[in-house]
Amino acid sequence: MQVGVPAESGPDESRVAATPKTVHQLIGLGYDVLVESGAGVRASYPDHAYAQAGASVGSPEQAWGAEVVITVNAPADADIARLAEGSTLIALLAPAFEPGRLQRLAAQGVTALAMDSVPRISRAQSLDVLSSMAGLGGYRAVIEAAHAFGSLFTGQVTAAGKVPPAKVFVIGAGVAGLAAIGTATSLGAVVRAFDVRPEVGEQVESLGAQFARLEVPEQETTSDGYAREMSADLEALAMALYARECADADIVISTALIPGRRAPRLITADTVAAMHPGAVIVDMAAANGGNCELCRADEVVRTDEGVTIIGYTDLPGRLPAQASQLYGTNVVNLVKLLTPDKDGQIVLDLDDPVIRSLTVARGGEVTWPPPPVQVSAAPAKTAPAPVAAVAEKPPPDPRRRYVGMAVAAVLFALVAALSPTAFLGHFTVFALAVIVGFYVISNVAHALHTPLMSETNAISGIILVGGILQVGSQDLTVRVVAFAAIVVASVNIFGGFAVTGRMLKMFRRDDSR
Amino acid sequence: MSTNLVQAAYIIAAVLFVLSLAGLSKHETARRGNAFGIIGMVIALVATIWLAADQAEHALTTVLLILVAMVIGASIGLWRARVVQMTGMPELVAMLHSFVGLAAVLVGYNSYLSTHGLTGAEENIHLVEVFLGIFIGAVTFTGSIVANLKLSARISSRPLMLPHRQLLNLLAVLVSIGLLVWFMAAPSIVPVAIMTVISLAFGWHLVASIGGGDMPVVISMLNSYSGWAAAAAGFMLGNNLLIITGALVGSSGAILSYIMCTAMNRSFVSVIAGGYGSAPSSAVADHDYGQHRETSVDEVAELLRNAASVVITPGYGMAVAHAQYPVADLTARLRKRGVTVRFGIHPVAGRLPGHMNVLLAEAKVPYDVVLEMDEINDDFPGTDVVLVIGANDTVNPAATDEPGSPIAGMPVLKVWNAHDVVIFKRSMATGYAGVQNPLFFRDNSQMLFGDAKDKVEEILRVL
Repeated sequence: MQVGVPAESGPDESRVAATPKTVHQLIGLGYDVLVESGAGVRASYPDHAYAQAGASVGSPEQAWGAEVVITVNAPADADIARLAEGSTLIALLAPAFEPGRLQRLAAQGVTALAMDSVPRISRAQSLDVLSSMAGLGGYRAVIEAAHAFGSLFTGQVTAAGKVPPAKVFVIGAGVAGLAAIGTATSLGAVVRAFDVRPEVGEQVESLGAQFARLEVPEQETTSDGYAREMSADLEALAMALYARECADADIVISTALIPGRRAPRLITADTVAAMHPGAVIVDMAAANGGNCELCRADEVVRTDEGVTIIGYTDLPGRLPAQASQLYGTNVVNLVKLLTPDKDGQIVLDLDDPVIRSLTVARGGEVTWPPPPVQVSAAPAKTAPAPVAAVAEKPPPDPRRRYVGMAVAAVLFALVAALSPTAFLGHFTVFALAVIVGFYVISNVAHALHTPLMSETNAISGIILVGGILQVGSQDLTVRVVAFAAIVVASVNIFGGFAVTGRMLKMFRRDDSR
Repeated sequence: MSTNLVQAAYIIAAVLFVLSLAGLSKHETARRGNAFGIIGMVIALVATIWLAADQAEHALTTVLLILVAMVIGASIGLWRARVVQMTGMPELVAMLHSFVGLAAVLVGYNSYLSTHGLTGAEENIHLVEVFLGIFIGAVTFTGSIVANLKLSARISSRPLMLPHRQLLNLLAVLVSIGLLVWFMAAPSIVPVAIMTVISLAFGWHLVASIGGGDMPVVISMLNSYSGWAAAAAGFMLGNNLLIITGALVGSSGAILSYIMCTAMNRSFVSVIAGGYGSAPSSAVADHDYGQHRETSVDEVAELLRNAASVVITPGYGMAVAHAQYPVADLTARLRKRGVTVRFGIHPVAGRLPGHMNVLLAEAKVPYDVVLEMDEINDDFPGTDVVLVIGANDTVNPAATDEPGSPIAGMPVLKVWNAHDVVIFKRSMATGYAGVQNPLFFRDNSQMLFGDAKDKVEEILRVL
């Protein structure tokens, strides 16, 4: 099959859906690749680089007319009309926002695969464009902020005075947020971050930032791995936190997105007004309406108080070479999944949840939304289950075990009541020693099992003590038997220790490396 | 005061024993662990001998007797420890277990014969202790002897299949309980003697009906029994040191058995019930796996020459052929060439827990290249050559692929994921479990027939 890579039509789009490297990989999967002349120029991939990688360079009509068409952005209506019936389109289609486009694609008879509908499961990570783009976006957001910020990121002490480090507040610790945190901390800023999912606190802290915590803990992960809108009173608490943190920060990077919905309003005009002059807000959710009330998509707004609000929606596209490479690799990974035999033929296996999720139109019908895919391994709702409910779990009924334990305890108590105290003392020692033995041995390395066994063997020769104490008896039989016991047990003790020592001497580390 | 001093010595010894076992959990501290054990034992024995001398009427004769007995035992023990081959470790360990069992029986009889003047509950408790101690000791004694004979191949390692063997075992236990009741009602030597005979037979039968491949479990189980025997002796004598030590050893043996059982995906009960693999499953026979491919020494040498990473998975066959030395040479030679060589050890490879590790250590293979199954299983896809030396069931893909297989669900080394697999084997016979191994018929598998030791030496010469 032929894969066509048209140039992106948007005036501000500098990315391209395939790079020479990914073209090479596609050819390796058995496809012919045709790249529209000039498609990669803005991403620093000239035509001859594609030709060198084995692609042919052709006209826009040829690229759009291929059996498989890959683009970054969704095609304009004019381009949809150029798609051949029965062809496959791979692009970012935003199916939730553009149902009309899906209709048109379906009407054209195109199988449309939306790269932005990849489910968030581990197996699909290699094709998750949203993640790879978000990572770049987070990086670029910090760079844009640094550009607009009138001071240094890292703190310095100079002859001309002390420079405090910039304070950065990151809202949302998803892929973009984490990338922003990483970039900002490596530039030397003091970074704080907040996310409605308290469990990401650890990831935030691992990147060297502080996690701003809400006092009320509540699980906010949905079954599809994205954050969700919060309950009302929690929201009020969170809003107060945003206002507080923003007022304290020099740079605010907001990345809060809810899939398929308008971005939540987190930074109100009042909050912006309270920020100090020179502060910068980068609103990564600008394309979906923005987290900041004053944000305008694709614009830089400067408020009267001197706060800069950056609303670029093409942050990943501002790193065109790298963004194209990552997008192209995501596409290659998808194509790999679609080409199990590596023969250049697309096989659409709709039983595969990954492929089903991103197939948005097929055979003249819109196939979106897909059935939900469970992502989180842990149950989404961990309601504090009452103890009684736990006890009712069917398979191994713990009540039976408790009853068994109780019966054993009662029986033991009966026996103990009739026993002499000395016996009970011994029994205490016995029970504790069993437990100690249990825990001590649980950690033994497999490799040491044999020495361990001969060691325990030697130690169990301690039964010798019994023989020794009996050998002084008046009774001749007892003496003889005790003598024999001592002989036998000594074999054990000496033999056991000697052989353990011999074995342990043999275990050596390789010190030459 | 002297009793208190002895008690103090016992407590110190007990702590040292715990530290000793704890030390043995890591390579770095293992030797120190052994030293702790020895020190603890010396302290305990010196204290006990002093106590014995103190209590006895003829202190000198008593001490002399003790020392003579100990010297005899020590010389036997040290001699055995010095001459034992590392491949013969399982036999030695089994033999040592039998001694603990025997000592427990002897001490039990003595305790019965020499204790007088107890009444009421104290007497009852003591009688039960004596009875239990002798029972466990006798089972350990004969069981270990059978294990020893099986491991040293002096008797067949096939499981003994008596009709109604489960019933026989049950009967032995029930009769013993009956005898206990008789013994408590009318204390005399007769019921104890009958019980001793029964428990000796019971121990014999218990191990005789378990096959050779389950020996790692059996040995650790006997290890556990020997501990309980010592603990029972401790109860009879009212000696805390014996109780602590016995309990430590008993629970450690129990844990080891449990680890072994998980490694074979079998329940403890099914191992004890015995008879595993005695009848090759007929369901396997009609399964056609196709043709295996034979290879030659030169081809294997060529493979190794071109490999960047090699994993060796040894099994009991390596121990039988004494191939560990040439294998170690091969390892050293390949590593000198810059090849990454590692070992993948299945938890139940060999006839004793950790058996392979000891053999490889003896042949001076550094322990940091000897990895556990879980550590290495994910690395097979990136491995060029796997040498399977004398292993069969532990590398059988049927365990993961064929739900109907008798070994289904057993964790195995996934050697088949490597680029090439060379299997050193004497013939196409099945492994211990009596299950055909589809690995031999895979496209990336090659068989190298012959004695593992000779073959590895030949490869070394070619290299």
